[in-house]
Amino acid sequence: MIELENIAYSYGGGELFSGVSLTLEPGSFHFLTGPSGAGKTTLLKLCYGELLPTSGQVRLFAKPAEAHSRDDIAIVRRRIGVVHQNCEFLDHLSIYENIGLPLTVSGRTSAASSDLDDLVAWVGLKHQMSQLPPQLSGGERQRAAVARAVITSPDVIIADEPTGNIDWEMSQRVLSLLVELNRMGKTILVATHDLNLIRTAKAQVGTRVLRLKDRKLQLAGAEL
Amino acid sequence: MRTAFSSLGRLLIGNPDADRTVPPTGFTARLTVFTAAAMAFLAVFALALSFAADRLADRWASELAQTSTIRISAPAEQIDAQVAAVLRVLETTPGVASARVLDDAEQRDLLAPWFGPELPIETLSIPDLIEVLETGEGYDATALRARLQAEVPGAVLDDHTRWREPLVAAASRLQLLGLMSILLIVGATAAMITLAAQSALSANAQVVRVLRLVGAQDRYIALAFVRRFTLRSVGGAALGAVIGAICIALLPSTDTAGNFLTGLGFQGLEWSVLLLIPILAGTVAFFATRHAAFRTLRNQS
Repeated sequence: MIELENIAYSYGGGELFSGVSLTLEPGSFHFLTGPSGAGKTTLLKLCYGELLPTSGQVRLFAKPAEAHSRDDIAIVRRRIGVVHQNCEFLDHLSIYENIGLPLTVSGRTSAASSDLDDLVAWVGLKHQMSQLPPQLSGGERQRAAVARAVITSPDVIIADEPTGNIDWEMSQRVLSLLVELNRMGKTILVATHDLNLIRTAKAQVGTRVLRLKDRKLQLAGAEL
Repeated sequence: MRTAFSSLGRLLIGNPDADRTVPPTGFTARLTVFTAAAMAFLAVFALALSFAADRLADRWASELAQTSTIRISAPAEQIDAQVAAVLRVLETTPGVASARVLDDAEQRDLLAPWFGPELPIETLSIPDLIEVLETGEGYDATALRARLQAEVPGAVLDDHTRWREPLVAAASRLQLLGLMSILLIVGATAAMITLAAQSALSANAQVVRVLRLVGAQDRYIALAFVRRFTLRSVGGAALGAVIGAICIALLPSTDTAGNFLTGLGFQGLEWSVLLLIPILAGTVAFFATRHAAFRTLRNQS
């Protein structure tokens, strides 16, 4: 589905990482760990076509990323649900409308309105659904971001620290959702510092844990 | 171009969900409405100027083109004979439809603006005037002038050419200035709306980023901005056109002297041209915003 082949990425004159290869097979579940500043977020952006590598090749759904037109990339992103680290929303729209935004841009709002209602309730934002994003706490925003990423039931879900601002109970619910989606055949890639989350996931579903460290991507050891 | 017309179709149909993705208010919104209103207001006056100049040119051309004057200066005892001679010449001149001698009352009216209505014209030695009306084909002025010089030396033909041509040229130039003003207004409107659209897109970089993250294509994002700017421009232009039309309607009406300034305005069906101003503003805004939006979105990637 998503393949990174011997890619390197440089930024501001320095090389962030190089020689990185990764294949996200359909139905796979990957965690990405590593110290802050190692380039996890950049690697995720390469996976959903927001960035292009300095060298090497990224293939999104069997087509080189650079060969996708701007419109193609937009269509690709409808197949990839992204939970951004800083949870950006449209601040003038209600949280309900923000969660439904992927449906809106693909013209499916009315067809999936019951799914939207269920999902908003499931992430515990039923009573906040008419509020604007700036009125929500960090945890509520993160839950909304997760809901927005999965509302279209995309083929791939890429999440950057999806549990960074939420309590343990909600972390477990988010993880349960990701595990459930993975069991439905969705491909999951999660960047996280939360080792407990990784351990809990490993107990429920087969996962691969990757570590980005010293500019290289490695398979994490058995300590996880 | 086909894509542009397809966008135009979607623009007219509208998509309330897409419209809401762009923040509804802001400085650029007010700027667009104000610009469109101001430009439409100016366009009303430019159009009025153009129509007035057109009418003036037509009037001067038609009123003076078909008439001539023959002035006869001669001693009092010879004047009647010379007038009769001139009329005989005119009767046999091809292209002359009719000729008549202006009576004392008409001559008094002509001089009234300078000497007042009580001028004792019969006591003054002033030339007699003959008004000549031409047929559609007209007459040969050079030949008539030569014949008059030979047969009635005191008669001078004035075919109004030296008055008519500069006046008609001036009126045509005024009309051209009016049209140029409209073109400048359209250009300035396009430039202002382009700047406002670019500014709006830059100010809404986060909106664009989020929309792209969830899979919005450039044309979806662009159309949301284009629709908003186009509708604001149409609204602003309609407002400006209405205010301009009211101001024109309140100008003093045309007086009997046909003063040019009091003739500034619209007559009959000319008023309907004002309906085109909001449509033109909307069209200009549509293409200007669309161009600015796609260019800015390309640069933001």
